[in-house]
This record gives sequence, C-alpha cells and structure tokens, in this order.
Amino acid sequence: MGSYRAHALVCGGAGCISAGCKAVQAALVNELKRQGIENEIRVVETGCIGSCDLGPIIVIYPEGVFYQRVKPEDVPEIVAEHLLKGRVVERLLCRDPETNELIRTYGEMKFFNRQVRRALRNVGVISPESIEEYIGRDGYKALGKALSSMKREEVIDYVKRSGLRGRGGAGFPTGIKWELAAKSPGDQKYILCNADEGDPGAFMDRSILEGDPHSIIEAMAIAGYAIGSNQGYVYVRAEYPLAVERLGNAIKDARAHGMLGKNIFNSGFDFDLDIRVGAGAFVCGEETALIASIEGKRGEPRPRPPFPAAAGLWGKPTNNNNVETFANIPPIILNGPEEFAKVGAEKSKGTKVFALAGNVVNTGLVEVPMGTTLREVIFELGGGIPNGRKFKAAQIGGPSGACLTEEHFDLPLEYDALTKAGAMMGSGGLIVMDDTKCMVDVARFFLDFTCDESCGKCPPCRIGTKRMLEILERITNGEGREEDIDNLYELASIIKASALCGLGQTSPNPVLSTIKHFRNEYLAHIRDKQCPAGVCRSLMNYVIIPEMCKGCGICAKHCPSNAISGEIKKPYVIDPAECIRCGACMEKCPFKAIRRG
Amino acid sequence: MGNVNLTIDGRAVSVDKGSTVLEAARKAGVRIPTLCYLENVQAIGACRMCIVEVQGKRGLHASCVLPVEEGMVVNTNTAMVRTARKAVMELILSNHPFECLTCVRNLNCELQRLAEELGVRQVRFQGANPETCIDDSNPSVIRDQRKCILCRRCVTVCKEIQGVSALGMVNRGFETRVAAAGDVPLGEVACALCGQCIQACPVGALYEPDKTGEVWRALADPNKHVVVQPAPAIRVALGEEVGMPVGSVVTGKMATALRMMGFDAIFDTDFAADLTIIEEGHELLHRMQNGGVLPMITSCSPGWIKFCEHFYPDLLPNLSTCKSPHEMLGALAKSYYAEKIGKKPEDIFVVSIMPCTAKKFEVERPEMASSGQQDVDVVLTTRELGRMIREAGIDFPNLEDGEFDAPLGISTGAALIFGASGGVMEAALRTVYEVVAKEPLANIDFCDVRGLEGVKEATVDIKGTKVRVAVTNGLANARKVLDAIKDGTGKWDFIEIMACPGGCIGGGGQPQPTNAEVRKLRMEATYRADCDMPIRKSHENPGIKKLYDEFLIEPLGEKSHHLLHTHYCERGKYQEENKCCK
Repeated sequence: MGSYRAHALVCGGAGCISAGCKAVQAALVNELKRQGIENEIRVVETGCIGSCDLGPIIVIYPEGVFYQRVKPEDVPEIVAEHLLKGRVVERLLCRDPETNELIRTYGEMKFFNRQVRRALRNVGVISPESIEEYIGRDGYKALGKALSSMKREEVIDYVKRSGLRGRGGAGFPTGIKWELAAKSPGDQKYILCNADEGDPGAFMDRSILEGDPHSIIEAMAIAGYAIGSNQGYVYVRAEYPLAVERLGNAIKDARAHGMLGKNIFNSGFDFDLDIRVGAGAFVCGEETALIASIEGKRGEPRPRPPFPAAAGLWGKPTNNNNVETFANIPPIILNGPEEFAKVGAEKSKGTKVFALAGNVVNTGLVEVPMGTTLREVIFELGGGIPNGRKFKAAQIGGPSGACLTEEHFDLPLEYDALTKAGAMMGSGGLIVMDDTKCMVDVARFFLDFTCDESCGKCPPCRIGTKRMLEILERITNGEGREEDIDNLYELASIIKASALCGLGQTSPNPVLSTIKHFRNEYLAHIRDKQCPAGVCRSLMNYVIIPEMCKGCGICAKHCPSNAISGEIKKPYVIDPAECIRCGACMEKCPFKAIRRG
Repeated sequence: MGNVNLTIDGRAVSVDKGSTVLEAARKAGVRIPTLCYLENVQAIGACRMCIVEVQGKRGLHASCVLPVEEGMVVNTNTAMVRTARKAVMELILSNHPFECLTCVRNLNCELQRLAEELGVRQVRFQGANPETCIDDSNPSVIRDQRKCILCRRCVTVCKEIQGVSALGMVNRGFETRVAAAGDVPLGEVACALCGQCIQACPVGALYEPDKTGEVWRALADPNKHVVVQPAPAIRVALGEEVGMPVGSVVTGKMATALRMMGFDAIFDTDFAADLTIIEEGHELLHRMQNGGVLPMITSCSPGWIKFCEHFYPDLLPNLSTCKSPHEMLGALAKSYYAEKIGKKPEDIFVVSIMPCTAKKFEVERPEMASSGQQDVDVVLTTRELGRMIREAGIDFPNLEDGEFDAPLGISTGAALIFGASGGVMEAALRTVYEVVAKEPLANIDFCDVRGLEGVKEATVDIKGTKVRVAVTNGLANARKVLDAIKDGTGKWDFIEIMACPGGCIGGGGQPQPTNAEVRKLRMEATYRADCDMPIRKSHENPGIKKLYDEFLIEPLGEKSHHLLHTHYCERGKYQEENKCCK
C-alpha cells in the first residue's frame, strides 16, 4: 500500500447509487488519471455516509471537506481546484439551514457532529470491500482478544455488563440471551443474524451490511465462541442485493484470511458463516418465522416457548441477534463493557441508529446516544421541518410502533421511556410528518402494510387486520360510521391480546396511537366528511368562489375530466360528480378563486 | 419424566413433564375449547380458541402448545379469555358463509358448535371474503374454499399421518388459502383420495361428491334391479349417523333399512371379502411355492393402491392382483347373479356402501368393468347412506333385524374383521393355515395383528413354514414398511396395508367425527361382532363353496382371473408421469 496525500471518499450507499454516484466515481477516477495524480489521491468507495438526501457525496480527506449533490460534470472542477490547487469548491458545499453559512467540513455539520457513531463506526469511512481497511480500524482485534485471552463466560459477562439490548426492537438484554443459548444443552448450536429489515423507511441494517460487513462477521464469530456454536447464518432479505454481495465477498475474504473457518487464530475454535436470502416477507423478521424460513419452510411464526435458545434452527439451541446489535459487539469486547455503558440512558446503554425519513430537512441515518430527545433528533440532527411547515407527528418503530407528537418532544428515545409513552423503539425507523399528513391515512397505510404482511396463520391477525383496514378505508373514503372508532378499538384490543406473534400483537399500534392523539381528525372524517389535512381525496371538494372568479376559463382548460363549465367572464362552476379531485384547477387559477374543502 | 404440579381454575393437577396446559386441563376435567388442535396430529396454537391466562405471564396463551411449569396458575374462564375467544370467533365467522342450514356439516360442525358454546349471538365485524370457487376436480374430495377456516388440520393429516402432502398453504395474510400442492386443482395432484382430510375438517370445506341422488333415481327406475352391498366397516359405524352410540353393531337393522329403502337385493361385501381370502390366500401360496414376488401386499384399500401407484411404483408387482372385495361382488352381480335371475348385466345397478372415499374413484377405473359394464355403479359413503336413511324417515334405532339375501349376502366373521386394521391378515391366516395344514386352528384369534398401532408384525408357523407378516395402517406408517422392503431391512412374506388410520373403521367416508376414541370403539365392536358370527373362517362360507362349484370352478382359475383380478399402473408424482390410461 503506497501513501497518498489525499483520500476521496465516494459514498456507495444504496441511496447515493440511486442518485448516480457510480458515474461520479468513474468520472473522478478518470479525471485523476487524466491529470496524472492517480497515485497521489486514493478514491475509496464507502458504505452509506448517512445523509442520503445530499447524494452523491464526496468527502475529501485530510480536511474532511464534504461535497454534496455532485454530478459527473462537477468532478473536473473538484480535481482541478481542490485536489490540485487546494481551493475548496464552494458551490458544492452545504449551507447551514438556519444561518445559511457555508459548511466546509463533515465535522461542522450538525447532522454528523451530534452523532456518536459506534455501530456505524466504519460505515462511510472504509471500503466495505477491503478487509485490510477493516483490520486497519482495529477489525478482528476483538475476536482475537476473545479467542486468545477470554473465557467464553467472560465474553458473555462483558456483553451482560455492557447493558447492550437487542436493537431489533424488543430490547431484550443481549448478554442474557447469549447466556441462555450458552447454557442450553446441545452439541450443535447456531448463531443467526437477523438482517430481514422490513420496516418501511428503515435501512440501518442494510447500511451496516453494505458499509461494514466484517463487523457482523467478527461479532457473529465472537457470539459463536461465547455460546459454543461453529456455524452461523445471516438471513438477509432478497431486496438487499448489494448487502448480499458485499457480505458474501467479506465472508470469502474472512475465510481467506483465517478469520472464519477452522482453528481461527490458532485457538482451536472453528466458526463459519453462510448467507440465507429471504424472499421478502416482513414476518420473517420474527425469529421463529426466520428460523422456519431458513429451514426451507413457509415463513411463519410459531408459539414460544420453546424459545430458540432452547430449540431453534433444526431444533438446536440458537442465538439470534439483529445486525445493529452485532455491530456493537466488537467495541464492547475490545474496549470493555464500562466504556460502552458510558453512553446512553440508565437502562438503555449505548447508541441507537435511526433512519430519519419523511418531512425533515436532513434525511438519512443518524446514530445518537440512547436517551437523546425526539426534539434533538428532529430539529438538531434532522434540521427541522422543511418548507416552513409545522411538525405534526413522528412514527417510531415502523408498522408495529406508534406516533409521537409535540408533547413527546422532550421524550428521551430509549426503550423504557418509549414503552411508557405507548410507543416502542422498534428497529429504528423514524418517519417525521408535517401538517400536510392525514393521520387517518397514515394509520391506513401502516395497517395496509401489516395486513399484507400477515402470515395468515392466526385469525386475529389474518382477519382482524383486514377488518381494521376495511374500516380505515371506509373512513378515508368518506363512508365512516359513528361506531367505527369503537370497533377499531375493539378489534385492536382483540388482536393485541390474542394474536400469535409480535407482528400481529403490535399491528394495531399505529391505529391506537393515532386515535389517541388525533381523535378529532378521525371525527372530522366520520362526522363532517372532511379530511383536515386535505389528503383523503374522496373527502375533498373543489369549489369556485364566484366573487373571486374572473371567468378566464383557465381552470376548465386544465381540468382532465371536463368537470368545469361556464361562460367567459362569468363565474365558472365545478361539477362534483365529474371532479376527480386532482387539484389541477386550483393550481392553475391565477386569481386564487378555487378553494378546497 | 417427572411430575409437574399446577393449578387450573383452582383445581390442582399433576401431569408429566412436557405435557401441555391443554392436556393438563383435560386431565383436571377443565374443558378448553379447541379448533385447530387435533390430538396426536396437530398442535400449532393457530386458531387462538384454546387461549388461557397464566398468572405472571403477560397476555393470552394458546394452551395446546403451552408447556406446563411447576406451580403454574392457569385460568381458563376469565372475562378476558371469554371476551377474546368470542371476538376471535366473530372474526372467523366474519369470513365464513352463513349457509349452515344447507351445509353438508349442518348440526355436525365444530365451528357451529363452538360458536354456540361461546355464546356468539351477533357478528360485529363484516367485510370482504376471499373470492374463491369450489374445486370439484378430485373424484373423492370436494373443496369449498369459502368455508375453510384455515385450521390446517387437513394439511397436517395429509402430510404427517398419510405421508402424501397433497395439500399445503399458499399466499399470505387475508389471501392465505389451503391449496393442492403447487396451487393446481386437487384433481391434478398425487392424492391417495383417502378422505382423511375430510375427516380432519371441522367444517364443511371438505366433503365427498354426493351420489345419493343417483341412487334414489335408480331405486325409482322400474327397469333397474338395484343391488346393494355394505362394506364390513359400515355395520359398526352407521349407527352414529342415526343417533346411536359409537360402537353400536347394526348389521341387522342396516339390512332392514336397505330393504325399506327399496333395494332389490341386499348383498354383503363381506361375502366378497371371504372370496378375497380364498383368492388372495391361494395367490400368496402360489407366490411362496413358485418363487413369485414377495412380500405380497394386500390390495383391498384403493387409497393405498393409488398411493402405491404414485409414490412406490416399483412395488406394484408386490401388490396382490385381487380386486377389492366390493369390485369382486360387483363383477359377480353382473355375471353370476345376473345369469341366475335372468337379467341383462346392464339392468343390474350395483350400489356399494363404503367407509371410503377412494372407492368413488376406484369404481371408475377402466379395469373395473370385467362384466362388460362398470361393475359397480355407485359408491356411497357411510355418511351418504346415513343421509338417505334420515331422508327416508326411517326410525333406524328401533328397526327389527333383517337378513341379507342369498347368494351374495352370506358371510363370516373373517370377512367382518376386514374393517379393522389387521383383519384381512387375520382372516387370511385363518384360511391359509387350515388350507396348508389341513387341520383346524386351535385358536383362530391372531391378536398380534390387531389394534390401532401403526405397524404390527408377527410370524406364524404353519406346520414348520414360518410366514412373516406385517400389518400397517395410515399411509405414513405404510411408508416405513415400504421403505424397509426397499432397503432390505424388512423381511416379510405378506403385508396388509390399509390407507386409513385404524383401517376401514377409520375410513374417509365414515361418520364424523372419526378420532382415536371413535376408532377404538368401532374396532372393539368389529371384534365383538366377529365373535358373534356362527362361521368365522372364509373357507367355511357355504356361499363361497357354492360359487366355486357352480361358477368359478377353482381359485385363481380362468373365470377368477377375468372377473376378480386386476392390474395396476404407474402414476408418478406429477400428471406428466401418469402412465395410466385415462
């Protein structure tokens, strides 16, 4: 490896790939060659840097200058100005949303400098395709330490003392889980990594697998050592082809370097890993369904007990952790549990990665200490609500979670406080919604998701979610009935109490929380046949205000369904029976004479 | 196995470690409703009917899969449990057609009974039901998807008990369905047609094609001479269809009822069962003495035959070539009997009352037309006969005993036990022994081959010749025996295989419910009835002797070959592999 005077990190996360980073990277490599400085500047394709709305992104080190929304045609300028002359290309920098001042470096951005990146420590920093870069960042050192100087019990004790809890959503203490599997009798045990991330809008696990696959391999090997397993499986959904590819390559590299396979580090410990690709059923994120799927069966949950620690994959003791949970393991082993526990809340130690999405200025991945408030995440890291709109709610925990409102701004985001507030941590999806969102429609959206993703095994989930969805569809279609809210409550409580698995039991949460916080919005739909946010089309009416209409006829010209008629210079009229509520007329009216209500 | 002590609804109960709360509750005399649970077959906690509350555990738990724990305090009758069960039932009913009055399972439906038990008086939730149609592509089993409540009992029975896996789950969420493997029509998959799925179904989603109309029409046709023959297992089960206790033996009442219904001749498949013993016994001796293919396997169960044709075609040469008894009788009714009464075969209409749904297919096999006609015209299940008796308004329990008609209605105890697993074997041994040894058996009860166990084995010493036999019932058990033959570990001379658990007494066409307890009682009734028979060995049946004297001349003779024996064909697992003529 030669030495370089500068590194250009090109984000190769899936968001940036969609934004065209591959072309940018090719242009960069090309331009460096053209200028003859390809031996001075090293181009690194990293995993997701995190600020997905700003892609394609190039970060140039040693300064850490952060270029956003780079197009291939911008590249020659970056090379000529920055890399040859040392002058920052200001037009490609970000600006502070409040002060409008230029932000030169990565470290100056609130989105980044408020983060504590542990699970994401290498994501966006190293090339996921290079085991050397991982090793260069202390990779596999934790595995070496565990295998060479720690007893199995010590490893488990470290994880227990760290206070690490499952990042998949339920927050079960990881160390205790490992201990149960370790103590469970059996010659053959398995380590599973749940990478069946399926919450709408959530992609932290994908980013880790794409950006730092070796951290998962290392952690699974450590877990294997701790519980006495020599075989692991990573269950990744098929919709993550890049993650599958990079993880696959990383496994090959790890095997080639002796980090997987027989007699790792000459310790006598054998461990190997394979990938199992899921077919994209959300429910396969539930551990018993995941196990069934790996076994080649229909991906359906089964009742517990027996828990997988006692009888899991092929009936053998099995330990199953989420990707982000595993990503936290190597630093715990390497730096000790106390170091890990320094950050976080009382009973929720460490950090949590959130996938910030929706109506927020900075979308993307943020990793913050447990206990950071909702306000800090949305307004400081997230940069607040764009377009001058007002915050309305934030859905946390995906389709199993609940919505948080203004009253929760100072709620610390950690397992217990969230549960107390009637929400849940979930896997870390955080969808911010402004006042243009209809909460009945939001509930309908999530129910539609769970209804579709129900495995169909138990009636409460299979039929119950369908009946709830039907009621919500009725309400958003303007056919709501007075008793609907009661019926939704009733169905929700049945499903919560009697569904077979966690997916079913939590599926009513979005409905319950929206009714709780936005009951009036439901009532407006049901009683007044109105959608206050103006989202539910069936409840919208476009009316021309005769006093304001000049009779220009522009609205009629733009109406796609010929619903508007009138004579020039006289007020026009909209026929509600013909109107498809597209809003084109309102948009085109030069006199603001059309009202939606 | 230690004992675990727990309290259920205030009652202390002690059960083996590893038991479920449901099992413990049953032991404690606490009734917990179930729907998807099927004892010894399926416990998956899917339907949520058996939910209970456990002190110290959050939420409700399906007791069918909840292991007992020491000191556990279970409550099965709390407001929360009752409310949830009722509401789940309402959800199920919101997706189930309200056609109870015209449903084949009306008054004998587990869902109906449970809805009543839970006190459901209204269904608060309504909405879409999946769009589906009736699948009547299978000759023995009709599926009405609309009525299916997705309890999966049929799927599990087909896979675990029968080893067939013709049924499975497709789609997910509200679109989840039970479907034939690969989501093709049920008539296009490798199905044994045993009807155990029907037996497993708690509702009217699975049932046999109803042929009662055809029989009523034949009975009303003055040009038809309508002959009826009930199988051995009917007489120990039919009573259940007309309100009599399980295990009632109703041979005589059945004869009377059939006559009241207008059948012209009341024959008995038992006669043909005796005939089967003569033919099959001689076939076995012939194979043993002439180096024929052994072990020889019985061929009376058409579900087993179809299974063998699909999954073990290489063992087809091991099958006895004997037709199943009712087909023998059909062929004789349209030849021997037709000649006797001076009728043309086409004017004879043969109705078989069978415990079996596979026989509905068997009668349509092209091989089963050796009289020049289809040998048996219609197969009715026990349930269908029950319907006809009820429809005719016959006060069955109070009927006088009647008699069967000569010549094809004379039978023995050996024939009667054909209905229970091991019965064919025992009947054969009673005859083979005496034919070979030329001396009467000291004890004609071969208890080793009796009972409900899946695989039974015995060795019988016939004057120095050791005959090794195996008896199996239920097709998953049959697989064990067949695999042992194939890998050489099973060394037998003669094997009895019955497709249905318990044999024909547990057949797919028998009254519902048919469960372990019911099978046991029907089996006991069978052996009781055998003891009551004046003749208990097939070769002593005077009708059979007369038949050979007058018509067949000798066992395995030319006439027998033509009328009583058949051949089989390879069907493969997929339609494309089917080598049978259509």
